[in-house]
Amino acid sequence: MLNGPAIFAASLLYLVLLFAVAWWGDKRADQGRSIIASPTIYALSMAVYCTTWTFYGSVGRAAVSGIGFLPIYLGPTLVMALGWFLLLKMIRIAKANRITSIADFISSRYGKSHLLGGLVTVIAVVGIVPYIALQLKAVSGSVSLLLHYPEIVMPGRSATLPVFADMSFYIALILAAFTIVFGTRHLDATERHEGMVAAIALESGVKLVSFLAVGLYVTYGLYDGFADIARRVAAADGLHRLATAIPTGQGYTGWFSLTLLAGLAILFLPRQFQIAVVENVGESHLKRAAWLFPLYLLLINLFVLPIALGGLLHFAGQGVDADTFVLTLPMAQRQEGLALLVFIGGLSAATGMVIVETIALSTMVCNDLVMPALLRLRGQALAGSSDLSRLLLGIRRGAIAVILLLGYLYFRLAGEAYALVAIGLISFAAVAQFAPAMIGGMYWRGGTRGGALAGLSAGFLVWCYTLLLPSFAKSGWLAADFLTQGPFAIALLRPQQLFGLTGLDEISHCLFWSFFANIGAYIAVSIMRPPTAAEASQATLFVDALKHARPVGAALWRGRAKISDLLALVGRFLGPQRAEAAFADYARSHGGVAVDVLEADAELVHFAESLLAGAIGSASARVMVASVATEEPLSLSEVMDILDEASQLRSYSRELERKSRELEAATRELKAANERLLELDRVKDDIMSSVTHELRTPLTSIRAFSEILRDDPKMHLADRERFLGLVVSEAERLTRLINQTLDLAKIESGNADWHATEVDLKALIEQSVAATSQLFRERGANVELDLPDQLPSILADHDRLIQVMLNLLSNAVKFLPPDAGLVRVSLRAGADGLEVAVADNGPGIRVQDQQLIFEKFRQVGDSMTAKPAGTGLGLPISRRIIEHFGGRLWVQSAVGEGATFCFFLPFAQTGGATEIAPAQGVHSQFVMEKT
Amino acid sequence: MSKKVLIADDEPNIVISLEFLLRREGFEVLVAVDGEEALNKARAERPQLVLLDVMMPKMNGFDVCQALRADPEMAGMRILMLTAKGRDTEVSKGLGLGADAYVTKPFSTKDLVAQVRQLLGV
Repeated sequence: MLNGPAIFAASLLYLVLLFAVAWWGDKRADQGRSIIASPTIYALSMAVYCTTWTFYGSVGRAAVSGIGFLPIYLGPTLVMALGWFLLLKMIRIAKANRITSIADFISSRYGKSHLLGGLVTVIAVVGIVPYIALQLKAVSGSVSLLLHYPEIVMPGRSATLPVFADMSFYIALILAAFTIVFGTRHLDATERHEGMVAAIALESGVKLVSFLAVGLYVTYGLYDGFADIARRVAAADGLHRLATAIPTGQGYTGWFSLTLLAGLAILFLPRQFQIAVVENVGESHLKRAAWLFPLYLLLINLFVLPIALGGLLHFAGQGVDADTFVLTLPMAQRQEGLALLVFIGGLSAATGMVIVETIALSTMVCNDLVMPALLRLRGQALAGSSDLSRLLLGIRRGAIAVILLLGYLYFRLAGEAYALVAIGLISFAAVAQFAPAMIGGMYWRGGTRGGALAGLSAGFLVWCYTLLLPSFAKSGWLAADFLTQGPFAIALLRPQQLFGLTGLDEISHCLFWSFFANIGAYIAVSIMRPPTAAEASQATLFVDALKHARPVGAALWRGRAKISDLLALVGRFLGPQRAEAAFADYARSHGGVAVDVLEADAELVHFAESLLAGAIGSASARVMVASVATEEPLSLSEVMDILDEASQLRSYSRELERKSRELEAATRELKAANERLLELDRVKDDIMSSVTHELRTPLTSIRAFSEILRDDPKMHLADRERFLGLVVSEAERLTRLINQTLDLAKIESGNADWHATEVDLKALIEQSVAATSQLFRERGANVELDLPDQLPSILADHDRLIQVMLNLLSNAVKFLPPDAGLVRVSLRAGADGLEVAVADNGPGIRVQDQQLIFEKFRQVGDSMTAKPAGTGLGLPISRRIIEHFGGRLWVQSAVGEGATFCFFLPFAQTGGATEIAPAQGVHSQFVMEKT
Repeated sequence: MSKKVLIADDEPNIVISLEFLLRREGFEVLVAVDGEEALNKARAERPQLVLLDVMMPKMNGFDVCQALRADPEMAGMRILMLTAKGRDTEVSKGLGLGADAYVTKPFSTKDLVAQVRQLLGV
């Protein structure tokens, strides 16, 4: 079953499936129903990180160095879990500035420099093309292995085959076609490729499934689980060293360098930038990717060690390359289906990487190498052309084809050479050179174009010298002396022991020197001179990317432009239709006017420039816009003023928001306070009105009788005495009223004086009854006392309690029936206090009046009798006195059955009563009594 | 024939003073101590003048005034409102309900007698 045509057919079918998925994804994107707007798809597509280097290479690495393969996955895991904010900031910046590649990112940050973009592109191409070659080699190797099935023959040098018989050549061509179709369908301001991303996510799934399948097969089919493999490894000679934590020869430095390198690669590899930043649909997707992508890495690494060890056990002494174990183990067991699945998985790993990497590189080559050159050399000719979008697409398609062919060429030339085998880490070290300029650019305003150029160049040169050239030497393309003696036999310049630095593996060595040169030059050159206006404004856009609610880019442009010029310019690069659609969208969001009456202000110019930036890169876009708009250059101090103003405005507006929140809160409080005051005012009004009414009544009698007496000196003596008696009693009533009103006011406002002492309630009641005995005698009524002998004393104000008792007793007297009146006064001790009851045999009080009598100035009397004497304040005052000491005063009554007024006083006062009481000496007295 | 005057007030001492003053002027005096009694006595005795206190138990002076004015048989009856609440709104409310005069407490006995005489046309 496993023969040439079958393998070819399976590969073709799989590629057709990819085409179908990508086509479907693009179609849905055009309809506005994205299939990749899902955080899971986003995380899966990020797994383009796992190339054939992972799929085949991890096992190979594990067979040599045990868990030495892990740092390559630890780095990305750490970055995703702990450093996702870096990625978030990159996404925010890229979206705000329509940045479509890492070269554009760096170029844009340092003042939209063509030179920087070009340099980054060159570094990326030099670093990545061999990596693409490695993918082609892996595919070609796996095909070659399968073709020899059922025998297991290690692939020979592909170069022995003629090009047209070499399957990897056709694979390169098919990949170029796929990439051209789905990577350069049209020019777009955002440069997003939904179909391509969908296909990549599918490939990530296939990779994982096939690797897990072979892993499960080896672990549980070939052997009897992890424990079984471990037992056999322990028994075999020379294998148990692989099981130690830190393999010999690599050391902790090596682990650290590899982890750092891989962590930087996940951020700055062109394909990772493309997928994670440019193709990102929504920032929120990052949240799930932060754990889902590391989980993917964990799963795909789960069976690496079992497969490696199983392969070493299985093929001991047969000369089978560990890099092929994933494929050769199923083949050796005649598992044809599994072998084919593994082959497809490897194909997925290779094609995914090649497609995304090529798109990313082609965008960079087009925007940062070819366009600038064209603009410089043939600017006049370009200006005359009305639609450059086809030219741009042509350039990109050409770049894709060239890059893939370069990759193929490198693969043919390098073959089995060391330069290809080790290219994975060498590539990582190349893109790691972007880190200082990228991270510095996002967090340090002081970085300048000169600094970035110096840093990148220095880092790149050191990388070439300490990694790339030595890899050529090891491949035999350079004299070995170069490595061992140093150039011109200068030992200090030996590339992998530079300046005598020994004891590090080559990757750590390169990383140390290249970062030393890169970061050193970046910082040193940057601080040599202050940033220019363009650099400062871009620095602010990047560094403050997470702070700005709206990009301030538009604020940093001043000049004049014509709408028709801008539209024509954008149309030339994006195509007239897309340009008109974009401008119409802009017009809709700016008041819905027609495009031709739009004001060509700074914002519109900025909009046009960012549209162009998506298509041709920010540096070229700046040049093109400058060609149709008259820009008045801003000086650095003006830029700084604008930025200062923006940041001041921001802080002002924050301050304003805070103030307005405070104001709102204060207004609410004032409103509530005002309502309380109004309510109090109404109450006070009512009381004042009641008080004046109560005062006027006795005054009326006094005045009337006084005038009568004055006007009639001959009045009978009896009348005269009677009227004078009324005047005196009304005057007394007036005095009482005034006193009680003041008293109540004092109690209510908390200003009353309280003198708390230990009070013997029994003695107090007897005293009160004695004081009112005259009243009872006048009325012909009796008082019965029911007082127990032994009672605890209570802490209260003696005089105030007398006041309460007198009030209750005199109230009772008023309502007693003449000559048959009886008042019973009783005292009872409860568990927590004392209760006093004053019961009369008067007419009783109707239920509806029982609350009324405790209100001020409310007197309830029998209608047939005269209005009761008194002020109507006695009960309210009494109740407040009792409540002050934590007790209650209430009435029990029914019509015809008399009324019983009761009050209860607790032994222990609770609550704030003692706090309110300002009585001096209360505490000392109390303490003395207690002690 | 002497004129008949009804005094409606729940303050006993005020009633005593008013009764003394009006008797001295030669009027026949009736007394009521709440609103309902005032209304009943007014209907039964048909006094020419009612001295009506506002704040009374059972039925206040305003309600009594309104009830008297609603009865066409007592159209000629004069009503003098007496109250300790001297605010403008109370005065206009009383006059609005059909009272002929409004006197606030405490009052000058001379002025009150003069008012009564004027209302009774003597």
